[in-house]
Amino acid sequence: MDFAYTTEHEMVRDMVRDFAAKEVRPVIADYDREHKFPHFLLERMAELGLLGICIPVRYGGAGMDYISLGIVSEALEWADASVRETIAVHVALNSLAVFQWGTEEQKQRLLKPLATGEKIGCFGLTEPAAGSDVAAMRTTARRDGDDYILNGEKMWITLADVADYMLVFAKTDPEKRHRGITAFMLERGMPGLTTGTIENKMGVWASNTGWIAMNNVRVPKTNRIGQEGEGFKVAMSSLDNARMTVAAGAAGTIRAVMELSLKYAQERVTFGKKIAEHQLVQQMIAKMAMNYDIATLLWQRSAWLKNQGIRNTRETSQAKWFATEAAWEAASDAVQIHGAYGYSGEYEVERYLRNAKGAVIYEGTTQIHQLMQAAYALGWRQDKPLRCELPAYDPDYWQSE
Amino acid sequence: MRYLVCVKQTPDTAELPKVKPEEAASGQLSIHLVVNPWDEHALEAALQMSENFGGEASAITVGNEGAIEALRSALAMGCKSATLVENSDADAWGVATLLAAAVQKMGDVTVLLTGQMTVDGNSGTVPVAIARKLGWPLITGVARVVEASEEAVVVERVSGQARHTVRVKPPVVLSVIKEIGEPRYPTFMNIRKAARVEIPVWKAEDLGVEVPPPVVHMSDFRKPPVRDARVQLFDGTPEEAASALLDALIAEKVL
Repeated sequence: MDFAYTTEHEMVRDMVRDFAAKEVRPVIADYDREHKFPHFLLERMAELGLLGICIPVRYGGAGMDYISLGIVSEALEWADASVRETIAVHVALNSLAVFQWGTEEQKQRLLKPLATGEKIGCFGLTEPAAGSDVAAMRTTARRDGDDYILNGEKMWITLADVADYMLVFAKTDPEKRHRGITAFMLERGMPGLTTGTIENKMGVWASNTGWIAMNNVRVPKTNRIGQEGEGFKVAMSSLDNARMTVAAGAAGTIRAVMELSLKYAQERVTFGKKIAEHQLVQQMIAKMAMNYDIATLLWQRSAWLKNQGIRNTRETSQAKWFATEAAWEAASDAVQIHGAYGYSGEYEVERYLRNAKGAVIYEGTTQIHQLMQAAYALGWRQDKPLRCELPAYDPDYWQSE
Repeated sequence: MRYLVCVKQTPDTAELPKVKPEEAASGQLSIHLVVNPWDEHALEAALQMSENFGGEASAITVGNEGAIEALRSALAMGCKSATLVENSDADAWGVATLLAAAVQKMGDVTVLLTGQMTVDGNSGTVPVAIARKLGWPLITGVARVVEASEEAVVVERVSGQARHTVRVKPPVVLSVIKEIGEPRYPTFMNIRKAARVEIPVWKAEDLGVEVPPPVVHMSDFRKPPVRDARVQLFDGTPEEAASALLDALIAEKVL
């Protein structure tokens, strides 16, 4: 058993943490306050190769492994969850879905521009009346010759107003519930496709969250990802990929709020001593430190399993459930440690708290993960092999031209 | 042309306050070590020179086996090769002796670059000592490289308020300042190469030199006394608060 990062992982970590500290953290509070999406960061992340971090070089990516994807997510969310969300959505939910389920032609045509950042991807599963209950979706896709005609609406879609490629899910056979769902890649500019931004979110103000409306959008068959009726599996496997990044990102939030709390607790004096010397403050700090390690170990296990090509739905769900709840608690404790100042927008901890709440809701609420874990423990749930598994990481394949 | 950058592995400046005096005295640090930030600017300068004027950037360091990580960082930024000179107890003069001998062994170095100092030693003496050892001209405070060829190296250097343009026939030692350029991030392709490459390790005997015994002895290491910080809030309208703040700053002789 080896818990150590490789030299490559250490260099990726140092590089992305450096980028997060120099270029993201110093500016993100302003974007958050002004509810603005930092478009320039997309360009910077594309230049650095982060938008194709774990995609093989032959498809325009950086050729790194799934652990590196987690490292990048942790480092970016240390600065702000909104920037990590971009990685989760663009890389894990969209690009990896094409990599896992797409045809070679689709990988050449769709994955390459995604991996280089020339095109930005998003993921449209949730609808106004269908979140966790995916089978309740109302969006339909009707076959018309070599095309499909899509109608419906997607809601709470990260990067909806930014993305060029939108991986959306629609029912090709409404009678079959989740077995009747099919995945399609929509391209901005298709007639009948419109997007908009949702305002008044509680957190991730520097992220773009919006809706996608489809009014008789004609999508060629060549943009169908996977087979007809396979969409639910495409969506769930994409979530397996993205939930690892959410868990890793949550660890980044814990690291950030712990650093802020450690600093403040050793400066602020009450009752004649630094508040770090008060045992109840120490209790909160101790929990942050322990939870950071647990969250880290859990996401790393998930990423390691992906590297090995081993199905990891159960482990990834655990990581996402634990890490996001732990981040929410850590951010809340950080506000508590900062007292009234923590409740103010002048200090960063309140932003981490607002951001952390979103992550216990999106990509499977805590309750969905609890149901999943109970089902695994009770023996009611077993993962069947997929037609297209996420390929195990093979450095020679990933890094050859 | 070869541009050789001398790098040193130093504590991450964010972690410098954690270093205990006894650790600093022994050199056995338990904190995160990185490439000396000043040297990152020298690496950036060398990489820019290779892009603008041709030639190849390489890196070298004197240190223990762990210092290989600093060289891997240099390779990840884009250096084509790197060399470790193994030694962990030389002072600045000893380091310069080893580096000068390594440069002579390489035989093809056109420009030797350094940062202007290190964040741990802070002496800034190594570039001076190497130039002295090699008998090469030294230009300090280099802010821009205008031209580089086998015939001439032209740089702009900053000295106080003045800015000089200096032309020199290489080989030459350049000590650069931050203005030379913001260090680039490693690329993933270079990270992959850097992680795999075998880095040659030279010892003093390979270089045919003896490390001179330290001429500088640190007799005492201690941290500066903790300063007592005080926070004062001024009440009233913005005008009144600003006026009170101004009075306080004048009273404290800040203004």
